Amino acid sequence: MAMHRITFTLNGARERVEVPSNQTLLQLLRERLALTGTKNGCTAGECGACTVLWNGEPVNSCLVLAVECDGTEVVTVEGLAHDRQLDPVQTALLEAGGVQCGFCTPGVLLSARALLDRNPRPSDYEIRDALTGNLCRCTGYLRIIEAVKAAARAAEPA
Amino acid sequence: MLTAHPGLPEFDYIKPTTLPEASQFLAEHAGEARPFLGGTDTFVRLRDGAWKDKYLVDVKHLDGMQTLAFDPAAGLTVGAAVNMNRVIAAPEVQAHYPLLAEAAHTVASYQLRTRATLVGNACNASPAGDTVGAGLVLNAELLIFGVDGGRRAPLATFFRGPGKTTLRPGDIVTAIHYPLPPAGHAGRYLKLGRNALGDLAIVGVTALGYRDPAAPSGYRFRLALASVAPMPLRPVQAEALLSDQPLSEAGLQAAAEAAAAAATPIDDVRGGAEYRRLMVRNLTRQALRDVWQRLG
Repeated sequence: MAMHRITFTLNGARERVEVPSNQTLLQLLRERLALTGTKNGCTAGECGACTVLWNGEPVNSCLVLAVECDGTEVVTVEGLAHDRQLDPVQTALLEAGGVQCGFCTPGVLLSARALLDRNPRPSDYEIRDALTGNLCRCTGYLRIIEAVKAAARAAEPA
Repeated sequence: MLTAHPGLPEFDYIKPTTLPEASQFLAEHAGEARPFLGGTDTFVRLRDGAWKDKYLVDVKHLDGMQTLAFDPAAGLTVGAAVNMNRVIAAPEVQAHYPLLAEAAHTVASYQLRTRATLVGNACNASPAGDTVGAGLVLNAELLIFGVDGGRRAPLATFFRGPGKTTLRPGDIVTAIHYPLPPAGHAGRYLKLGRNALGDLAIVGVTALGYRDPAAPSGYRFRLALASVAPMPLRPVQAEALLSDQPLSEAGLQAAAEAAAAAATPIDDVRGGAEYRRLMVRNLTRQALRDVWQRLG
């Protein structure tokens, strides 16, 4: 099977790796680069546990080939906090109690971050719509939705 | 079928630099190579073992694939690699083709639509394709590059069965073109899923209507049904009823019954055939009401 040398930006740092044709971005992150914050759920683009930001847009990393990431930028949940400060959506999710088992949490955080980046003041419907692809079997979603609203409020100028 | 293992079977990833090169490779490896766009269907099929291709040919970077262009005289052309989120957010689409944005927005989830494409939705040839109905009622055409050069193919005659199209080895769909919709048209896509958002269609009904003084009713309607026949379907008898007789609530009901009669659904895990037929009737009636109301 063909191997490909790729260079991409991962959580702000340059990565150079050699990947086989059939390796997914999810496998590259978890099995090669040991970034296990990104979870492997359904491997079919249904559950959203493997969501990462790819050139700023959320994507299911189980449905992206590693080789396709050459020259692109990837942000995982490990890259969300900056300067030892949690991202506002991380803080809000903690404070709202929107985390139980935690398996969906990395994907939820990245979908929420991307939503607030493109729409800083989303309605309840827009939040639900943006999180459609992130299944959670613990929380019943209400606290997650509250957390996204709180993160949006926290970002508004006082 | 879902598998717990994340691995894809072995294949070679090919990234040609030109369309002729890509087309020639696909023709030379007929039956063991396929072009791919976002992979949202392709990777799932490979993982499940339904497809066993030796080569996946990435065509997203080739000429024109990333272009979304609106020409006020000719219509909208969406390159094969333009993802659905970009289509939905495009001001030209929102202004002139709101039906297309509405339909695309019902596809799966935001992060899946980062990868999913309109052309991929057509080429997948699923009877449930959410954006195919909009293409049918808008008289869309596919732009195809093949070993003999370029050609255009109407979406209406593109499908041959579930998962089957008229594409030949070496063919690459480079874009989908939507002619200008009828002036003053209104459209609606109603989708029944197991959830309000994000599911595959149990039934999908696309309706487009516009005023036409030449029609006996003063209106013409186009309808398309998803997930209730081996291929996406235009229930032409229902459409004829709506243009031939003055519009009324009873007329909408009769057209909805005719649409249900045109459907040939199957029983599957998402819904029974009889349920689907009834839902075709109900969703068609609702979609027609919405469109008629907006036409005024």
